[in-house]
Amino acid sequence: MAETTETTETTETTEATGMAETAESDGATGARTPAFIELDGVEKVFDVRRKTGFLKRERRQVRAVDGLSFTVSRGEMVGYIGPNGAGKSTTIKMLTGILTPSGGRLRVAGIDPSRERTRLAHRIGVVFGQRTTLWWDLPLIDSYRLMHRMYRIPDARYRENLDRCVELLQLAELLDVPVRQLSLGQRMRGDIAAALLHDPEVLYLDEPTIGLDVVSKAKVRGFLRDLNAERGTTVLLTTHDLQDIEQLCSRVMVIDHGRLMYDGPLSGLHEAGESERTLVVDLERELPPIRAPEPARVVRVEGPRQWLAFPASASAAGLVARIAAEYPLVDLSVREPDIESVIAKMYAERAGA
Amino acid sequence: MAEATEATEAAEAAGAGVRRGRVVEGVRAYGLIAGMWIRSTMAYRTSFALTTFGNFAMTALDFVAILLMFSRVDALGGWSLPEVAFLYGLSAVSFGLADLAIGSMERLGRRVRDGTLDTLLVRPVPVLAQVAADRFGLRRLGRVVQGLLVLGYALAVVGVDWTAAKLLLLPVALLSGAGIFCAVFVAAAAFQFVAQDASEVSNAFTYGGTTMLQYPPAVFALDLVRGATFVVPLAFVNWLPASFVLERPYPLDLPGWVAFTPPLVAAACCALAGLAWRAGLRSYRSTGS
Repeated sequence: MAETTETTETTETTEATGMAETAESDGATGARTPAFIELDGVEKVFDVRRKTGFLKRERRQVRAVDGLSFTVSRGEMVGYIGPNGAGKSTTIKMLTGILTPSGGRLRVAGIDPSRERTRLAHRIGVVFGQRTTLWWDLPLIDSYRLMHRMYRIPDARYRENLDRCVELLQLAELLDVPVRQLSLGQRMRGDIAAALLHDPEVLYLDEPTIGLDVVSKAKVRGFLRDLNAERGTTVLLTTHDLQDIEQLCSRVMVIDHGRLMYDGPLSGLHEAGESERTLVVDLERELPPIRAPEPARVVRVEGPRQWLAFPASASAAGLVARIAAEYPLVDLSVREPDIESVIAKMYAERAGA
Repeated sequence: MAEATEATEAAEAAGAGVRRGRVVEGVRAYGLIAGMWIRSTMAYRTSFALTTFGNFAMTALDFVAILLMFSRVDALGGWSLPEVAFLYGLSAVSFGLADLAIGSMERLGRRVRDGTLDTLLVRPVPVLAQVAADRFGLRRLGRVVQGLLVLGYALAVVGVDWTAAKLLLLPVALLSGAGIFCAVFVAAAAFQFVAQDASEVSNAFTYGGTTMLQYPPAVFALDLVRGATFVVPLAFVNWLPASFVLERPYPLDLPGWVAFTPPLVAAACCALAGLAWRAGLRSYRSTGS
């Protein structure tokens, strides 16, 4: 799967300017592979009423999503990230037809979600990390049986899909347990299975790994990867956990204040955020800060160990050679920037601009 | 790939099914969900028996209150005990049926508040059916049984000159009454999209309404009777049909034929409630939470 999507990604990488314009240029590449999810200038404005006194209300408009445009092709696995209140969940809700956009054009599999919500429901699967779609007081298997009939899934297909999910998500021992007695990780696996019994073409996951322990996270991620690779299911996930993105998504969309700030491969995100790598050098003895060539600079000194920051896009070779020539070098290592700080930097810059 | 197109075709066929009739689709979904709750209830038969009996006993206390009153007086608003029991029976059975069918809708406000309504919106069946069938409680049969017992007692002792019209009116009134109460439940639920903590308001019209109908209209202030006739037409559940059967003067001096209008009133109420529901759901979908 990685190879197939990589090829479509390369065109985007070369022109990854990192800003919303990338999204528009996607439209051109999207013409090659027909867009499965299509947003064009989508807006969502909420009326917020606030009490300002007895019977007095103040009306205010909040733009949760502000002119969002992007396309997702069939079989893509896209990470959708941004801070709290950036408009991630609102976007997912519009894509599933739960919310009606205030403006713009939105299509999923050619269907307008808010107008044909129930028709679309047969073709999409949704997992909300914070709330379950399962019937709380009933054994897990009852929820699945109900899905079977509600979605009119053919018997053979239902059994095949259920068996597969039960095996891969290790649900066998949980089927007879009431959902309310399941742990968070167990429930999440149960929810993912429930969303996939009707063979959806696209799976939306809103915070699928929130609150899960390391083992559960790994299980969920592994399952999603296989699902995308083997079945070609399009996956769109929102998350706060950047490891989800690193391990799963070939494409990342960053949203803030309802606008697309970045759309492209994960690697391009570093450039967009003008992130820096860190060179850690161990010298023979304590020395004053290294006089490094611009734009590299020492950011920290601790005994014989010094930390130098330099642009992620620059090569480390020249810098290393220079230091090795001028200083008594014992050991060194290069640290990649973590996306978290990259994104934090992007937000900070935007707020400053 | 072949698999994907096959799935698409299946989904489209199912989509056509949805368009074929949302009502049929809704009833089917209601049956599926309610059926599952019944099966799960039946897994604990003792518990079911106990809660049903509890439901029965609780509602029976209502009637005990009336019996106590009649130990002091011979008539209430000019109505004798068997006549009041007849009123009570009609109201209790109508309400009991509505409560059994869609009584859990009063919990909608909570779903709107905590956002769990979202999970119902992503399923391929009408939300109304899902909300109505949620936590379908067969124990509510207790109320229906209690109402039927009181109605049976009333019919045995009330002494009516039965005619074909009067006999026909009985089942018609019960079903229409259930329809009117269902409409009140749906409208009250629709209101909860706007005011999420309004379940008490809805209770005032549903549980409060049925309690009011257990007494003859003559004991209430004229404005209340007017409101119960023309605003929230609960009078059509039992006051008017009972007045016809018992040959009593009609409240508000209404003409005699109105005793046969409950089916029309119920249909109109359900249509209005349906519109209110659609408006409520639409406001949810544009406002969000």
